[in-house]
Parts: sequence; C-alpha cells; structure tokens
Amino acid sequence: MKDTVSEKLLGQSALRVEDPALLSGRGRYIDDLPVAAGTLALAFVRSPHGHAAIRSVDTAEAAQATGVVAVITGEDVAARTRSMTVGVKADVECWPMAVDRVRYVGEPVAMIVATDRYLAEDAADLVVVDYAMLDAVVEPVAALAADAPVLHTSLGSNLINERRFRYGDPEAEFDAAPHRIGIDVTYPRSACTPIETYGVIASYEPGEDAYDVTSNFQGPFSIHAVVARSLNVPGNRLRLRTPPDSGGSFGIKQGVFPYMILAAIAARIAGAPVKWIEDRLEHLSASVSATNRQTRIEAAVTADGRITALDWDQIEDCGAHLRAPEPATLYRMHGNMTGAYDIPNMAIRNRVVLTNKTPTGLNRGFGGPQIYFALERLMDTIARHLGLDRLEVIRRNLIPAEAFPYRTASGALYDSGDYVAALDRAVEEGGLAELYARRDKARAAGRRYGIGFACVVEPSVSNMGYITTVLTPEERAKAGPKNGAQATSTISIDPLGSVTVKVASVPQGQGHRTVLAQVVADKFGLPIDTVRVLADVDTMRDAWSIASGNYASRFAPAVAGATEIAAARLRDKLAKVAASQLNIAPDDVIFEAGRIGAAGNSDNSLSFARAAATAHWSPGTLPEGVDQTMRETVYWTPPELEAPTAEDGVNSSLCHGFIFDFCGIEIDPETAEPRIDRYVTMHDCGRILHPAMVDGQVRGGFAQAVGAAFLEEYAYGPDGSFRSGTLADYLLPTVMEVPDPVILHHETLSPFTPLGAKGVGEGNCMSTPVCIANAVADALAPEGDAPEIVLPVTAAKLAPLIFGDEPAPQEPVSETKTEDTAGGRKLTGEGRAVVQASREDVWRMLLDPATLDAIIPGSHGVRKVGETRFEADVTLGVGPVRGRYKADIDLSDLDPPNAVTLSGQAVGALGTGGGQGRITLTDTEDGTEIAYRYEAQIGGKVASVGGRLLDGAAKVVIGEFFRALARHCGGGASSGALARLRSLVDRVIKGGRS
Amino acid sequence: MPRLTKDETHPVRFTLNGRPVSVRAYPRALLTDALRHEIGATGTHVGCEHGVCGACTVQVDGEPARACLMLARQAEGCEIRTVEGLNNKDALSPLQEAFREHFALQCGFCTAGILMSLDALFSPQPDAEEDAIREALSGHLCRCTGYAPIVQAALAARNRIKGGPIDA
Repeated sequence: MKDTVSEKLLGQSALRVEDPALLSGRGRYIDDLPVAAGTLALAFVRSPHGHAAIRSVDTAEAAQATGVVAVITGEDVAARTRSMTVGVKADVECWPMAVDRVRYVGEPVAMIVATDRYLAEDAADLVVVDYAMLDAVVEPVAALAADAPVLHTSLGSNLINERRFRYGDPEAEFDAAPHRIGIDVTYPRSACTPIETYGVIASYEPGEDAYDVTSNFQGPFSIHAVVARSLNVPGNRLRLRTPPDSGGSFGIKQGVFPYMILAAIAARIAGAPVKWIEDRLEHLSASVSATNRQTRIEAAVTADGRITALDWDQIEDCGAHLRAPEPATLYRMHGNMTGAYDIPNMAIRNRVVLTNKTPTGLNRGFGGPQIYFALERLMDTIARHLGLDRLEVIRRNLIPAEAFPYRTASGALYDSGDYVAALDRAVEEGGLAELYARRDKARAAGRRYGIGFACVVEPSVSNMGYITTVLTPEERAKAGPKNGAQATSTISIDPLGSVTVKVASVPQGQGHRTVLAQVVADKFGLPIDTVRVLADVDTMRDAWSIASGNYASRFAPAVAGATEIAAARLRDKLAKVAASQLNIAPDDVIFEAGRIGAAGNSDNSLSFARAAATAHWSPGTLPEGVDQTMRETVYWTPPELEAPTAEDGVNSSLCHGFIFDFCGIEIDPETAEPRIDRYVTMHDCGRILHPAMVDGQVRGGFAQAVGAAFLEEYAYGPDGSFRSGTLADYLLPTVMEVPDPVILHHETLSPFTPLGAKGVGEGNCMSTPVCIANAVADALAPEGDAPEIVLPVTAAKLAPLIFGDEPAPQEPVSETKTEDTAGGRKLTGEGRAVVQASREDVWRMLLDPATLDAIIPGSHGVRKVGETRFEADVTLGVGPVRGRYKADIDLSDLDPPNAVTLSGQAVGALGTGGGQGRITLTDTEDGTEIAYRYEAQIGGKVASVGGRLLDGAAKVVIGEFFRALARHCGGGASSGALARLRSLVDRVIKGGRS
Repeated sequence: MPRLTKDETHPVRFTLNGRPVSVRAYPRALLTDALRHEIGATGTHVGCEHGVCGACTVQVDGEPARACLMLARQAEGCEIRTVEGLNNKDALSPLQEAFREHFALQCGFCTAGILMSLDALFSPQPDAEEDAIREALSGHLCRCTGYAPIVQAALAARNRIKGGPIDA
C-alpha cells in the first residue's frame, strides 16, 4: 500500500465545517435544543453570605406561589444523594447544595421548580432562610492561622491536605550554592468566563431508576462516575449527553457537574423534565474560578546563574469545597515544576486550604499560570540579583536539545524540543534588538518602558493518574494505580460508501470536526466535505472513557491521533477488499480522488464507495481474512503515561510544548496605565495540523491572559462578600485592550503521538501574565530590586509605585466613604439637618412607629415589637437592583430627648445590610438640629452587582429619611448638609454609573 | 400604549427579518426570550442579560440594540432583524463569508451580535474606517478569538461590500 496522496489536507487551513451554521444562527447550543412538552424551569436560592449557619429554610410561601411545582432544600437533596467524591483522604463532605451551613456567596440553598423561569425566580425570592452569621476567612494564609474560622468542623482546620516532596538532594545543593535567591508570589483569582453560561436539562425515569441529563459539560468524563455515585445509581442509569455546540468553556464547564446532580434530583422530585440556564451573576459568583495561590520559591544558584536546586512552598486556595478533580490545579503541573530548565534537585511543600470563596475548578492553563508566574519572576529576580543579562540566565538553564526525551526531577518525560533554537529564532525573527532600541529611545526621553521574558513548558494530554500524586505512596498502593489518557474514535462507512467519524471530544469552538475531516479525508483520498464528523457525546451510545472530553489540550495529540489510527485500520481493510477486486497486491493500492486503484495504473481502479459498499451488500465476496465490519473504534492510550512511582515521580502529561515570549510595555507618565507596545510569542507545539486554528488558539489564550494580567480579578470582601458579579465589575478585555501578538512557530514533532502533534490551547495563559509582569518590573526598576508585582497590574496599583502614595486630602471631599475593612464593605458617613420642631417632638417622632413608617424611604410598615425594638418592611434600591427587606431596629444608649443609638439588620432576597447610627438632637434658634453619624455594612447580591453605587445610594436613602422628617415636622427647614444631600441625590439620579 | 396587566400575556406584533410575526408575551418578558423561546429564532444569544457582552445584539428599525435590555412589548410595530436574516437564502453574505475565511469565530456564541453590529455599521457606511469598526466591535465581548481575526474579517468584508480589493 502506497501512501502517495495522504497529508495533503492536514497542515492546511481548511475552512471550518462548523461555520456556515454558526454564522447563520443555526448553531445548536444547550438553550437552543428542543425540550419535551411539560419541561419545567429551575431556579436557585443562593447564599448571600460568605459564611453562616442555616437555622431554618422556610419554603411555605414559595410553595404557594404561582406556577411553582416543587421547592427543594439541601436536606431534600441529601436524602436522595450521596456526598460528592473528594479527591483527597479527608473527613469532609461535599454536597451540591448547602445542608446546614453556607460557605460562599452564591452557594445553592434551595431550588424552585416552576412552569417558567420568571415564576421560578419570583418564588425563589419568597424562600425565607434564617442565617446565623459566622466569621469568614478569604485569604489562604489567614485560613491557616490557629484562630481562623474553620469552614468544615470535621476537618478541625482549613488545611485539607499537605504533602512534601523531595527529588535529588536539594538540601546539599542549597548548602553548597553561593546564592540562595527567593521571592514570595501572590497569584490572584480569575476565571475564563465563557460567554455562554452553564445549562442543564434533566429527566428521571422511575421505572428504570435512570437519569437522563443533557448539559454543556466539557469533560473529563471521569466526572460521569462522580455524578452517578452521587445520584446513587450505576453508570448505565446515568445517560449524559452534550449538545452539538457549546459557547466556549476554557475548562469552566467541567464545573457544571454539581448542577447536573441538582437538576436530576429536581426532575425526580417534580416528576417532570427540568431545565436550567445559569445567569451571569450565578456564573461569576458560583460556577468555578481558577485557584489563587500563595507561593514562596527559592533557588540555589551558582555565580554564573545556573540553578542547581529549587524549593517550592505553595499554599493553594480551593475555595469553600474541594470539588473533583481538585486539588488537580496544584498537581497538573507536578512533573513540570522545573519548567524549561535542567534542574536536577527540588523540594516541594504543597498545602491545600479551604476559604469562604467559590469552589475552584478547571480554567485554561490549569495550574500553569500559578507556577510559571513564580518561576519566571524568580528567573528575572536571579538575573537582577547577580547583575546578569536576563536572557543569558534563561539560556544557561534551558534543557539542551540533545537531552530529549528528558526526564525532569519530578518525573515528567519531556517528549521533544529544541528550546535554545526556538529561543534564538524568536530573538531574531521577533525583533528583540529593535525592541531594545525602542526601549532605549523611550528611556532616553524619560519614559517608563520595560521588556519582559518568559519561558514555559506547556503540558498537554494529562495523565489521569497525576492527581493521585496528592496521596502518599502508601495511600496510592492501597487505592490501586491510576494512569493513562484514553482517547476514542469511531469511523464507520455506510452502504452508500460515505464516511462518518464520531469522537468524544466535546469541542467548545475549537473546530475539532474540521480537523478530523482533514485527517480522515487524507487517509481515504476523499474530498474533505464528504466526511461527516460528530463530536458531541451520548454516554449510552458512544465510545468514551474517563479521559474523554475537551481539556488539557488533548485534541490534536490524542483525539486526532486516535482517529488517524482508526482511519489507518479501515484503510488497510479497504485496501485488501479493493486489491482482490482489482487483482493486485494490497501493498500496491492507492487511495486518491475518491477512488481506490493500482499505483501507476489509473485505469485499474474502483470508486471508494463501491469498495466500501461491498462489505454491506455482499459480505460473501470479501477476500479471505477480511471481515465485513465497516466500522472501527479505537481506544488509544499512550504507554508513557504511567502511574506515579513510589518515589512520587509522575509523568503528569504526555506532551510538552515550548513557549518563549517577550514583550515591550510602556507605562503612561500621566495615568500610570500600562500598555503593550509589542508582544512576540514563539511556540513549539509539535506538528501543526491546521495553522489558522493553532494561531487562533494562541491569540485566544493570549487575549485571556491579557485580561488576567491587566483587568480581571474575583474580588471578595473580608466577610466573603462577592464584589464582581457583573461584566461591568468583572472586566473582560475588549478589542480596544488586546493587541495582535507576533506569532512564531518552531516544530519538533512529538515522538509519542500518532500525528506528532502536541496541545497548544493553553500556553499563553501560562506565559503571558508573567511576561507582562516581568516587563512591568523592568519599566518600574531597570536595575536592582524590583517591587513585587501582583496581578492584575492596574494603573491604580502602579501609580503609588511611580508617584508615591497619594497625599491625604486637605479637607474631607465627601461625607460618605466606602472602605474594605474586616467585617465587610463598610460605609461610614455623617451629616446634620435642622427641623422646625422642638427636641421633645423630634424625639417622640423618632420613637413612633407611625411616624417612622411615614418617613422611612420605601417603608411598607413599621411595627413596635418591644419597648426599644421595631420591625420594618422596606423596599430599597441600589442602581437597577431593587429589593424588599425585613429590618430589625434596636434602640440603645437612650438619652431622652438628646441622643439615641439605632442598630439595624436588614435581610432580603437581594442581600443583607447592617449598621449603627448615633443621632443627637440640639436646640437651635428656630427648631432642632439633628446630627447623625453612621456605619453600615452591606453584603449579598447587592454588594456583588451594585458595589460601585453603594455609597451614593446610602447617602440618598439617609438624605431622604431626614428630608421626610423635616417635612413631617412642618417642612421647609434646610441646612447646608441637606442642600448638599439634595444636590447629591440629583447627581446620582442624573449621573448614572460613576 | 394600552395598559397591560402583569399576570396575562398580551399580543405583540412586529416584523422579524421581513416577515410579520405575532407572539403572546407577559409584559415583563424580555425580547430575547420572546425571540428565542416563543418564536424559535435561537440565533440571537444571551450572554449576560445586563447589556455588557453584546451577544444578544439585534437591529431594531435598522439600529443595533441589546435584545436583553428590551421588553418584548417594546418591539411592537418595529422591524427587527436578527442573524437569521443575514443569509441570502442558503448562501452566506459577504460579511459572514469574510468571518469564515478569516477564522473570526470559534465557539460562535458571541458572533451573532457582532455580525448585527457590523451589518448596522456597514449599511449606511460601507467605507467605514478601521477606527469606526473597532468602535463598533468594542461593545462586544469575545473570549475565543482575541479579536484580531474579527477586525481582519470586518475589513475584508468592508472592501468586498464596497467593491474594493478582497483583502484589507
């Protein structure tokens, strides 16, 4: 068999087969799929608190609301499920819905099943949850303190796992080395934020005790086992399907699985199919984010900048629950902890802590951004410390080309590469000399301009056993080894001779169907548009295994590879069929232009379709030794992916691409705004199957990294309140912020994958944030020690480093201010008002429920429930968010008729508020002056979506209160403070967003 | 506009991609929900429901508008155009074709809104400058492409629409 015509499509940028439908509004995303008649809508009641005990959940009113079919609490869910599997040995439960305690803002507390989404959300507001507030902890180091609030009492602390690793002889190297250089690194939280949110459609068949779940889940399908176990059914009683199209994932849609469990239970309880589409606030506050991490990294360094040992101390913050597959973010890179460098000795201490934040999960780069930020900032620091050229320090430590395949200290087997050659090409072709000239010119003109570098090894095709590195060797031996990375592909040929490919790769926009059509069309000598590819999954019909899905950049190396193998097997079979009909030897058969024929004799051939149809229509005529099955399923797994060794060595990924980036950044002299002047990124991702798609992955990862570097951060208050609940608070880069990088390629084929390809989707999420940080450091401090760079690098962070701290204003600019201190988002303010009434009259009014009802803005009634206690029902609005609140008001420190302290707590579906105010009354010439001073804290949904509006809104509400009081006392009275309040009211109303 | 009762659906009539349509909608129903779930025109996507991401952008009487910030009722009597109206029968329009050729979409979720904004830009302004194109695109969030291919596609489409060279 001659291979004369293959390879002609692969390597070209074929037009995507996906695009005509996607460009015409004919995509089939989860929310576009038809659902069964009678399908109900699901909505969630979520925690407004970072940490609180649930005293009670009152569902009575919600259950009576229009359209409501069922109201389901955490106890209802727990009664029908098992705790979700946790990836470490620890005495802890992990439920998809809170049972007796909430541990992050947005945690599901109850769910409503109703006839439509609007009615379900209405009813969600009617569920009354009685919370007892608990102290929260949001920072990983603080969570380790002996007196820190403990999230899971069964654990006894917030440290859920700790492991120490030692490779080679790091202590000896550190003792012997002339330099010990280290840095502390704080890596913040961000998330890849797909534009399509989570969605689930679920139904339950009681006769078979079987669930049918469709979700825009992305894999890995090891999660199928987690969901089936939690639902307490065998795997064949959980049919999991994915829609044909998915609106982006970047890892995040792995985290939909707790909602698969909840929707499945909701369908079971409601006795009807249910559908849930997550909204953006739910997505930002409660899907999954990447981990934030606190790292100390130290290197033993020779005088000429060679690193002989590394010492890592990592504290990983996985949020409120350790959800599968966490703490995988910490271990995905375990084999790569020495990066692109030849460093034989290493010590690692890994701690995993829980805090009152959203649980973490897969996000593009998965573990890479966190370690490379530390490692590459360290490389930069070493060069500065030793006064060496930064590029030279990198070069001296790179793994040499002749060392491949190279075994790292912690056990990874780097498949291929020529790092020095790739770096040299990038320096030359990317124009580093010119960039230096630009920097010199800018600096000569007094501007701040810096150049940064980053070297990254980008792993792909994860070893399904890497996460077991978190277990001790003894625990692993007991649990049994885990390893491999199975990819599946099925190719079938129908009776008319057309080819269908089915894979379990679940793309979210990566164009898998196009590339597989290229692979198969090449193999069979067919035009690309004759091959049809399906990449969505139905676990009851398709070939799949635990590694199936779209993550760890496994498509090109693993799924395309498995498809290549399946196509080759079918081709061998067809060659024998055709050879027997053409009277030639199978080795002399060629596949070309839709025909199978004799090499060198184009007259002796038959159509591909006819050869393939033979097996269907006349299996009895097939040559001996050829069976009639025109279908080939391949389950491929690479032998290199072995289980972790007894010494904790782990080949955590099959493929290892290489990236070398450099960039120039200028900081605006007036505003301190950083701007990318030029960005160059060199990639070695093995064989390039589709150049435009590879560059698309590079650009897409780069844009997300630009967001992480300059804009994006999951913001939490010290009480766990979530502060970035809209896309106006959690800022994503637009076309205005993302420059087009210079993309270069250097191909060294992977010897371990069928097509020689490696993954390419995640690299810039690993390399770009630290490359930018290194450039910013260079701009801020061309020589000597650089300040600590913490992402996102905003103008607000850079300004004090450039201009010094802002001097305190000479006079207060505002009566109200907002600050983030322990206890929450705190508003403080003071003011005064003069009213035309006596002190006694004012005093009486302030204590009279009828008067209070008349003057409290938005009041629906005030009841006196004790001598000094009132209950109020009020509607308050912050920006576009209006909600009804129940408020408890206590009076204390009464000094009639001179002064009183009001303390209040308000609770509503949109959030919570608490505060204290001291009011003092003094006589004036024509009435009474009321002076007030208050302190208020606000949490929950209101803080997530309206944070920017809070201080203005507080002023408005308090101003309205005193104006109403003045009117009630006979009106007309005003003071400077009131006039100012009034103008502020006008400004807030007219000014819109500030 | 007649006073509507909140617990009842009311008829809403408008033109969708040149065809008259009529749906019954509650007064608070969003235009996105009416288009997608009542009419079945699912090409318009919902990304944030607070007007930032731009995925739901449609044209209302020729002007781009966020369908997630409009009540269905507000479309009464309007001419609404969505991504489903861009095709010329089964063929892609020059703008759609340029997106395909420049790999200006990956997951395709934000694409409908972007196409509607660009179409609204080019209709009155077939020679729009790159700055105007970027300005129009700045109201859209895309997480897949990094935007550069979208800008390239828009420039190529512009040249094709006004009859200039195929590539910018």
